[in-house]
Amino acid sequence: MSLNIIVLAKQVPDTRNVGKDAMKEDGTINRAALPAIFNPEDLNALEQALRLKDANPGSTVTLLTMGLPRAAEIIREAIYRGADGGIVLTDRVLGGADTLATSYSLAQAVKKFGNYDIILGGRQAIDGDTAQVGPQIAEKLGIPQITYAEEIIDLKDGYVTVKRRLENGVETVKSPLPCVVTVNGSAAECRPRNAMRVQKYKYAASAGEAARLSDERKALLEKRPYLNIPEWGAAFVEADPTQIGMPGSPTKVKAIENVVFTAKDARQLDGAADAEVEELVKELIANHTIG
Amino acid sequence: MDTNNLIVYLETEDGRVADVSLELLTKGRELATELGVKLEAIAVGDDLSTVEEQVMPYGVDRLYLVSDKRLAPYTSIPHSEVLINLFREIKPQICLMGATCIGRDLGPRVSSCLHSGLTADCTELVIGDHTDPKTGKDYKDLLYQIRPAFGGNIVATIVNPDCRPQMATVREGVMKKQVFDPAHKGEVIVLDPAKYVKDEDFVVEILDRHIEKSKINIKNSPIIVAGGYGVGSKENFQLLFDLAQTLGAEVGASRAAVDAGFTEHARQIGQTGVTVRPKLYIACGISGQIQHIAGMQDSSIIISINNDPAAPINKIADYVINGTVEEVVPKLIKYYKKNSK
Repeated sequence: MSLNIIVLAKQVPDTRNVGKDAMKEDGTINRAALPAIFNPEDLNALEQALRLKDANPGSTVTLLTMGLPRAAEIIREAIYRGADGGIVLTDRVLGGADTLATSYSLAQAVKKFGNYDIILGGRQAIDGDTAQVGPQIAEKLGIPQITYAEEIIDLKDGYVTVKRRLENGVETVKSPLPCVVTVNGSAAECRPRNAMRVQKYKYAASAGEAARLSDERKALLEKRPYLNIPEWGAAFVEADPTQIGMPGSPTKVKAIENVVFTAKDARQLDGAADAEVEELVKELIANHTIG
Repeated sequence: MDTNNLIVYLETEDGRVADVSLELLTKGRELATELGVKLEAIAVGDDLSTVEEQVMPYGVDRLYLVSDKRLAPYTSIPHSEVLINLFREIKPQICLMGATCIGRDLGPRVSSCLHSGLTADCTELVIGDHTDPKTGKDYKDLLYQIRPAFGGNIVATIVNPDCRPQMATVREGVMKKQVFDPAHKGEVIVLDPAKYVKDEDFVVEILDRHIEKSKINIKNSPIIVAGGYGVGSKENFQLLFDLAQTLGAEVGASRAAVDAGFTEHARQIGQTGVTVRPKLYIACGISGQIQHIAGMQDSSIIISINNDPAAPINKIADYVINGTVEEVVPKLIKYYKKNSK
């Protein structure tokens, strides 16, 4: 059985390298100031999607991402690894959205896409760590969700069987299709790029990217339609303007503070000096911290 | 019936209410008193016969019980439907849940349906006023939902000015669990499950389930020996277990150590693990990423064993032992054995 598989992915700022200009005055993230990467758990989700495609010849894997036009970068990356294509949902009016407004916008794009059998995505994105968008999209589409997935064990006869990794154990659940599955970082790693696909798709571009390209590259996009990465806007997915972007977000950022730890005056000991270590142990015993 | 109260979703396993839910009741009691509203709680499951006696000492004014064989173990849609339908009746102003696999599955679904704001993994919850910077409109007594974001580099205060309930999840160990009054009694309302969840909501079937009662109890241990990536290997981690056994401590770990496979996830301390505040925290080969420090900085005494004098954790330590884990940990064991008793 061939499947239409959607993978939800996000281009995220690399939160391991945050500079001081990372936040705008209104408390939202200045994404332009940070290196942007493929959200790690979305790659785990992509791998599960590609395995479903391998097991079900004729299936298609489509990446759906919301963000700036440059988010087409992760679509190219996904295509290099085996995805068939992708869509960038991008529009100024979608900016500043909280998880609920984001879920609504993405759910509208999924509805526009139409015929889908399963939606996969990473458990959470490293910029917000909320894990909310997956379940919220499921609710907006009125379909079941399976969160914390580690492996898709089986998909047949309109049902998917998934192993979930929970705090204290594992659970195997069976859900009717379509459904949303969010995948944990403990799932299989994503396969690497395929060199042939890199060669074929390296000039793929979204309309936003194409605008800044040379005439030669623009001509190439016209000659080879498969290199065009579609960009969808809010109006195209028929999004209700009151439910998107900052106005459509129930949560508001009231304040942002940088985390600063106050340094204590630590007592320095030399690990090689037995007497110093023994002295510390004696002290801790004497003041009943240990023993 | 009165509305606009504060409600806590109680997570249960085999009829036992989870610690994280009791911690939220403790916080919820404090906030409800400040707001002058009732503290409500809801348990959804199968065997709920002892929930009342478990939660009343935490100051619950009203407990809702929704019991049906099919409601345990937890599945997303049925539990969501119960909450959604009940919340439409009782209109709580605040709803708190554990930031667990259940709370983080349930919260978003409920908030999406009710179009209410949800903030994940809050580390502080405070009542305060708010003025909208654009409209200038004033809001009294909102829930400030304070949470780290951006990999722990910033702390954001989030508010939900217009939508109710204001929903927040909190990780286990972040709030303190404290009995309000052992003799406290509140009202118990047993709801008819058929009114809140339909047969067709039970679409996802659990085929198999292996949940282990966690044997690891780092949260309540007075002494923690924690290892980071600098421990170097799974074998070296054994040294930490030896020290822990000698001191009667538990072993914890940083995310990097867990990701490297040195030890299991249940031992992870920090923003994506457990928050701890022991009387002694021995950090072995832990550099001290902000995410880790957030989960242990309230320890009474911190000892850092590290061969990198510039490790960030040294800044918050009371004692810094400059040396490797292999060198220092055996000495601690040796001198403890020599000097104790």
